[in-house]
Amino acid sequence: MAKTLFEKIWDTHAIATTAGGSTLIAIDRVFLHERTGAAALKRMAEMGRKVRDPARVFAVMDHIVDTRIGRGDGTLMQGGEGFITETRAACCEAGITLFDVNDRDQGIVHVISPEQGIVLPGVTLVAPDSHTCTQGAFGALAWGIGSSEAEHAMVTGTLRLERPKTMRVRIHGALSPGVTAKDMILTLISQHGAGGGAGHVVEFAGEAVTALDMEARMTLCNMATEFSAMTGLIAPDAKTFEYLSGRTYAPDDFGDPYWRSLATDEGAAFDCEIAIDASAIAPMVSWGTSPEQAVPVDASVPQGPARAHDYIDLDAGARLAGTPLDAAFIGSCTNSRISDLRRAARILEGRRIAPSIRKALVVPGSLAVKRQAEAEGLDKVFEAAGFEWRMSGCSLCFYAGGEGFPEGSRVISSTNRNFEGRQGPGIRTHIASPETVAASAIAGAIADPREYAREEQAA
Amino acid sequence: MSAFPQPLTGRAAPLLVDNVDTDTIIPSREMRSTGRTGLAEGLFAPWRYSDADARIENPDFVLNQPDYRGTPILLGGANFGCGSSREHAVWALAEYGIRAIIAESFAPIFHGNCLRNFVLPVTLDRAAVEALAGKTIAVDLAAQEVRTQTDVHAFDIDPEAKQMLAEGLDAIDLTLAQASEIEQWTAADRTARPWVYLEPTR
Repeated sequence: MAKTLFEKIWDTHAIATTAGGSTLIAIDRVFLHERTGAAALKRMAEMGRKVRDPARVFAVMDHIVDTRIGRGDGTLMQGGEGFITETRAACCEAGITLFDVNDRDQGIVHVISPEQGIVLPGVTLVAPDSHTCTQGAFGALAWGIGSSEAEHAMVTGTLRLERPKTMRVRIHGALSPGVTAKDMILTLISQHGAGGGAGHVVEFAGEAVTALDMEARMTLCNMATEFSAMTGLIAPDAKTFEYLSGRTYAPDDFGDPYWRSLATDEGAAFDCEIAIDASAIAPMVSWGTSPEQAVPVDASVPQGPARAHDYIDLDAGARLAGTPLDAAFIGSCTNSRISDLRRAARILEGRRIAPSIRKALVVPGSLAVKRQAEAEGLDKVFEAAGFEWRMSGCSLCFYAGGEGFPEGSRVISSTNRNFEGRQGPGIRTHIASPETVAASAIAGAIADPREYAREEQAA
Repeated sequence: MSAFPQPLTGRAAPLLVDNVDTDTIIPSREMRSTGRTGLAEGLFAPWRYSDADARIENPDFVLNQPDYRGTPILLGGANFGCGSSREHAVWALAEYGIRAIIAESFAPIFHGNCLRNFVLPVTLDRAAVEALAGKTIAVDLAAQEVRTQTDVHAFDIDPEAKQMLAEGLDAIDLTLAQASEIEQWTAADRTARPWVYLEPTR
């Protein structure tokens, strides 16, 4: 019988049925971070439980680590150091591989897991972090869970699951210059709602998806959680295997026919199908307080919930482009990889951000990304343009109580969440691609990045 | 935390907003230790306090109104609990005393976190949720019903989740009872997919 990629992975990992009718699914990889993983490790120790196979559990310090150059365990967030020291001690006790604060391979969990070849096509990977779906870009079943479930996965090597439904999102055609994977996922969520993927595993397919490089595929899958899907995934292809070959934890070669079987069979049925035309996608910017409240950069603000208009201080009918900004952020598990930084730097090269921008940060997704960017001179481009260049971490994707944006700031941000207060109390966030962040920082107001794409094409 | 009360009764506090996210339920800056306690005070901090640092209450917030203060039952809109996976959101709700949330729909990670902490997520259609606002209701897990003085709303729940909630069962203990099946499967899998199994390298 024809199967979807999800069904193949599910069936491979189904160990048994429980008395209550759920399925025990084998978990191949667990990744923790200091923010939610520490709680799982602490509870496990209190219960006298042990990690079943520590070699397949990894941890990293990314969420509240300081990102200023020269950092140590100290955090700008009060009490943050305790999360770091407790996580370190607990990882040591449990025998878990830890990418520590200044480890050369440190970085945001969903950036370093692929860099290290920890995620692989066909595996199950969980982390107590909602953006674990990012790693579905490699054809893995990778999803976010709570700390209790992380403890369950570490102790038993399994999770008890109800089988989700399946959805395929086919994106056909080609993206226009200046339009990115970030704009693809924001288009999907704005058209089908922040709850549009609920109960489903979403497979992204179609020529506009296969045309993406691995880093852009990660951006696309990253926001499946903002669609309320269990996760997103993309069938592995030559690009996937080439990316993973030679990585520390990946197999030596992907020649076995098994790897090619990891694809949805012709004729396999999904519970739901959505089609999107890539050529109709424009650079997207959020106007409100949910990722579903996003529109093309050249559109007007539509009518939405009063609460969202009040918080973001934009009325229906207002032009989004031209809205004055106070700050800019490039980073996060959505858009902090080398290709993201290269594209933003291309726009910023030889230009300055507007004087009205009071804070502008570039936070590389990993120390490996940081080294690569520095080798290419991108750090100098960002600094010359007026951005601060940082160590890797989640940084101001969310406000933890330490570093923040200036009070009342309106921020253009390459992150994934524009929730009320996400980047600090009263801070108004507009999420967009790194290109749009760069173009907007130069203008000091929300701006369309396509003018730079046109300029580049003309040159 | 313990088994779900049978039945749970209380005044249904309406928070009828769509896409209530876990950053709002418990902001990152309110998560001050690696433990699961000390979170109730930070629950809904951005909405509950007019000055969160000074803990000055916003009288308009539903849980600050005398009728709803300390209620065990919260009503929500669509996609309740979206965003971050932080289980702290459910720990904060449970520590405050919320034992049932009745909403149009739930975000999946939050839904799972509720079940693991014996907080019952009940899904009802929007009209039914709105009709419960402000009423004293009974949430009956055994009968799978939400009852007011005049109406009965049936709800669905996965049978395993229902049993675990009703009996206060620990998921890890239940799964460890199937440890031999897991061992057998793993032994076969080591041969089938050797690349999955790693040696400690660092």
